[in-house]
Amino acid sequence: MRPFQYTRAPSLAEASNMTAGEDTLAIAGGTNLLDLMKLQVEKPGQLADINRLGFADIEDTDDGGLRLGALATNTETAVHSRVRSDYPVLSRAILAGATQQLRNKATNGGNLCQRTRCFYFTNIDQPCNKREPGSGCGAIGGIAKLHAILGTSEQCIATYPGDMAVALSALDATVDIAGGKGERSVPVRDFHLLPGDTPWIENVLEPGEVITGIVLKAPVGGTQIYRKVRERSSYAFALVSVAAIIELTDGKFSRADLSFGGLAHKPWFDPRVGEALIGQTPSEALFDKAADLLLEDARGYGENDFKIPLTRRTLRAVLTQATENAA
Amino acid sequence: MTDTITVNGTAHPMPDDPRVSLLDFLRQHIGLTGTKKGCDHGQCGACTVIVNGIRINSCLTLAAMHDGDSVTTIEGLGTPDEPSALQRAFLEHDGFQCGYCTPGQICSATAMLEELAANWPSDASESLEGRMSISGEEIRERMSGNLCRCGAYANIVAAIEEVAAGGKS
Ligand SMILES: Cc1cc2nc3c(=O)[nH]c(=O)nc-3n(C[C@H](O)[C@H](O)[C@H](O)COP(=O)(O)OP(=O)(O)OC[C@H]3O[C@@H](n4cnc5c(N)ncnc54)[C@H](O)[C@@H]3O)c2cc1C
Ligand code: SF4
Ligand code: FES
Ligand code: FES
Repeated sequence: MRPFQYTRAPSLAEASNMTAGEDTLAIAGGTNLLDLMKLQVEKPGQLADINRLGFADIEDTDDGGLRLGALATNTETAVHSRVRSDYPVLSRAILAGATQQLRNKATNGGNLCQRTRCFYFTNIDQPCNKREPGSGCGAIGGIAKLHAILGTSEQCIATYPGDMAVALSALDATVDIAGGKGERSVPVRDFHLLPGDTPWIENVLEPGEVITGIVLKAPVGGTQIYRKVRERSSYAFALVSVAAIIELTDGKFSRADLSFGGLAHKPWFDPRVGEALIGQTPSEALFDKAADLLLEDARGYGENDFKIPLTRRTLRAVLTQATENAA
Repeated sequence: MTDTITVNGTAHPMPDDPRVSLLDFLRQHIGLTGTKKGCDHGQCGACTVIVNGIRINSCLTLAAMHDGDSVTTIEGLGTPDEPSALQRAFLEHDGFQCGYCTPGQICSATAMLEELAANWPSDASESLEGRMSISGEEIRERMSGNLCRCGAYANIVAAIEEVAAGGKS
């Protein structure tokens, strides 16, 4: 690891001042940042430790929702009694990720900002536009099994690797951000960005901005499923994942909130998929129509071509399971 | 705030270099080499220790971030003369071959039994609520952060199952 200065941020304002500079990164759980610093993918001159700034609580909101502190750990979130009973898709998504040891240290804010697991990104001897703008993309035409099939660019085909944010996207949660120009809230669905011509910009955070929490709306009930397909049954990143909140009324879909992981540079939410289902009676043909819409613009890059049929089958399986349960 | 880290009940001064991981602090600064370095990247679990009652990978955290914390390592769980229940069970069930992963396995399992007692769910749990079962499937999922290159898994699970069930099965 390169030498760096370690500073415990004494206040949110100070954390914001520090991270407004080019050379300083916030550190929370450290499970992603320290990993990348050891690999010299990240080379901050200074770390601003934000762990003792408070915002670690999980609290009810006035309208019946729940606010998850950015510094609450993934474990504290997944085992929280209200998350388990009111937002089970979120507990399930967190529990499907990493390992207990990692989840015990990983924070909600850090999880949202975790970086891609693209092999070229994490290997400093390889070309990568995200790590070294202009150096090229090693994954296009290379090892691309984990890579995106939707929303890619000629610059970058990496995926956002996390699980938690896929469930947050299905739940239409919002991210509370402070620092910089003041406080603002951004829907999770708009928090992560597509790579475009600037793959190194991964989310909407401006220099000096810190995530303080994640707000869940009042619970909507329904059948909630998180299905993660991976190469071994535990401790692996998603090839494809689906977070689903499904409700049937009189045998027809009355709710179909669906987000997908492993497909793109962000948790993928395409409103057309749910709209195609609402008001319809579940059937194989209908599920296929939803998958057609979802995958309309999908494109494989060789090694990850399998993700297109895998996504279709996973969506079909989730909808079958959800409608069997609810029927 | 204090400027020491307590390890197995003894307070130690913090390292000067912020780059020192908690793992390197334990092994190189205070000479507790029971905790092992496998991958140094959160991928194997050999470095698992218990901090304030919670199991974590000591390779992916900085010692500098742990002032005032209380760390338990394999050396703090038992001694050759007085092993902990899990240490004894690992011996009885041959829960290891080379033994490199074992300190991490035992620290991990020690904290895992507390998580089960608190009814924390896992990815393998049928229901997110209520009492958690201590089936082999649950133990395998909950211990999936601890890899064993020797493949002693069957005996590791047997050792943990015995202790989880409250004694000799
Ligand atoms: C072996 C391994 C397997 C894993 N498997 C999975 C998996 O299957 N699924 C999954 O979802 N994840 C997985 N992870 C990733 C893990 O979930 C992340 O490392 C973790 O969530 C990051 O949180 P942290 O608090 O440790 O972040 P840190 O490492 O502290 O920070 C990560 C980034 O976020 C920034 N940051 C942190 N907090 C804030 C904040 N409040 N505001 C603004 N910026 C902030 C930091 O500056 C840094 O850039 C795995 C990790 C490892 C090592
Ligand atoms: S896919 Fe993105 S992260 Fe991977 S090598 Fe290409 S530019 Fe880098
Ligand atoms: S050495 Fe820490 S997980 Fe492998
Ligand atoms: S006993 Fe050798 S690695 Fe587990």
